[in-house]
Amino acid sequence: MRNLTFKQISLCLIVLILVALFPLAFSKPFPQHVMILVFMFGMMAVAWNIMGGYAGMFSFGQVAFFGIGAYTSSFLLITYHVNPWLGLVVGGLIAALVAAAIGYPCSNLRGHYFAIASIAFGEIVRTHFNNWKLIGAAEGMTLPMMKESFENFMFHSSKLPYYYIMLAFLIISLIVCYFVATSKMGYYFRAIKESHDVAKVLGVNVVWYRLIAIMISAFLTAMAGTFYAQYVLYLDPESVLILPISVQVVLISMLGGAGSIMGPVIGAAILMPVSEITRVMLGHKGTGIDMLIYGALITLISVYQPKGVWGLFSGIGKRTK
Amino acid sequence: MGPVFRYWEEDEMKKVPCLEAIGVTKRFGGLFANDNIHFTVEEGEIVSIIGPNGAGKSTLFNCVTGFYHPNSGKITFMGKEITHYRADRICKMGVARTFQIVQIISDMSVLENVMTGALLRFNKIRPAIDKAEEVLTFTGLIEKKELLSTGLTIADKKRLEVSMALATQPKLLMLDESMAGLTRVELQGMIDLIKRIRKNGVTLVVVEHVMEAVMEISDRVIVLNSGRKIMEGSPQEVVVNKEVIQAYLGEKYNVVSS
Repeated sequence: MRNLTFKQISLCLIVLILVALFPLAFSKPFPQHVMILVFMFGMMAVAWNIMGGYAGMFSFGQVAFFGIGAYTSSFLLITYHVNPWLGLVVGGLIAALVAAAIGYPCSNLRGHYFAIASIAFGEIVRTHFNNWKLIGAAEGMTLPMMKESFENFMFHSSKLPYYYIMLAFLIISLIVCYFVATSKMGYYFRAIKESHDVAKVLGVNVVWYRLIAIMISAFLTAMAGTFYAQYVLYLDPESVLILPISVQVVLISMLGGAGSIMGPVIGAAILMPVSEITRVMLGHKGTGIDMLIYGALITLISVYQPKGVWGLFSGIGKRTK
Repeated sequence: MGPVFRYWEEDEMKKVPCLEAIGVTKRFGGLFANDNIHFTVEEGEIVSIIGPNGAGKSTLFNCVTGFYHPNSGKITFMGKEITHYRADRICKMGVARTFQIVQIISDMSVLENVMTGALLRFNKIRPAIDKAEEVLTFTGLIEKKELLSTGLTIADKKRLEVSMALATQPKLLMLDESMAGLTRVELQGMIDLIKRIRKNGVTLVVVEHVMEAVMEISDRVIVLNSGRKIMEGSPQEVVVNKEVIQAYLGEKYNVVSS
């Protein structure tokens, strides 16, 4: 019933081709950098959406998974010269394990209680990493310069490879989300989001399905984290483990439309350019103006279209039925 | 009306009862919500549980369906002990239930709601949809399958909740006040539905306040009062019992029915 129609597929392809050709039209680094951020935050928002939008676990601790991904691959690369691609997978797995370990004791927490627990979790990870000598503590880690190649996941002369790698990551996460949303799992997640009681009487093992949601989300978020480390080549707790990143991920998803597949990407496509452009244009005059615009957008959308920007498109046909 | 003494006949045949509660006790602090309750439900029966508010009917429901775990006592389903099983596991074994306050998934269509229930027995979406449509045809909601579940009337919401429970393909269906707040026509519709469900081989345990419905559908009635079972018998026996009249029905009912 939720199979993609021909129209939807062709629309997706057109958008994809436009995005793929974007660097031809905008060859300067800045627009490409903004687009990379759109993809990266888009991916994190898609990952958040799996647990937040579908399974109803409003996590404000996504940055912990992001940081774990970034730190794992970087630590392995610096200390053991492990290839970053392998580090990416290891980072994802560790993030998923940590997610399960923290998710299990939280399995009865709902709504704002879960949100509070997730904030605490993110802050615990940050504090811990800030004091962990092995991984550079507050000084952070600088990744070694290596020969530019796809294999090394490192490029110095151009942002283009990063652009396409991140785009591929985003598409992977969208495919994962699509399969989750249209499978048994997706319906069970939505039942859990509605209420644990209704899920239980439909025979859903609530604890187990919530753990699956958190683990998928953590794995994808950690992938974005590894990408960030390879892209910036430097990381410290204050850049990859701070609460505002988590908040931003949630805002992007909510603005775009939580509980829909494309919503979070649309949210990222709106908010990240606003955030980056206002930061560049206005940032030196007075920090915070970008956040004002940001806040106004969020307020408008939550008042007039709680289902997010995506709701504007998809709601028109369905509501009247 | 089904055979009234079916329970005893089958007991003599040493058949395993569908549901059995042995000395179920559930305390909340010092309050005995259920105090040493024994009862048996045979396959194919419709058993009603009645009693005043706070008698422990919903608590008993929750104990049987795994939402609460009794402090002492034993509950068996098809001869298997389920006392400390999780709710979803009990559901998988074939016990479905509804809630006093309707529980449906608000951002799904009617069909999707029922399909989510059907997914318990299917891993793929397609067969679950087929099953859901079959159930909706049975319960008479098929024409409203595309509607958003929150857009339904109360009667249809209750019907939807029953459909969701049926989609999990239960052997035993437990309905918690499925007939409260319905108009006369809707009430009759629900009574017919319950009878048809039983004809399809599902055993039913029903908590109900609407005596008219209880009289019509039940093979046996169990009466609870302040956590204790005070009476069990055929509907006709129950409504003339002094203790039941005093605790629950009131003198007027006696006058009207006799």
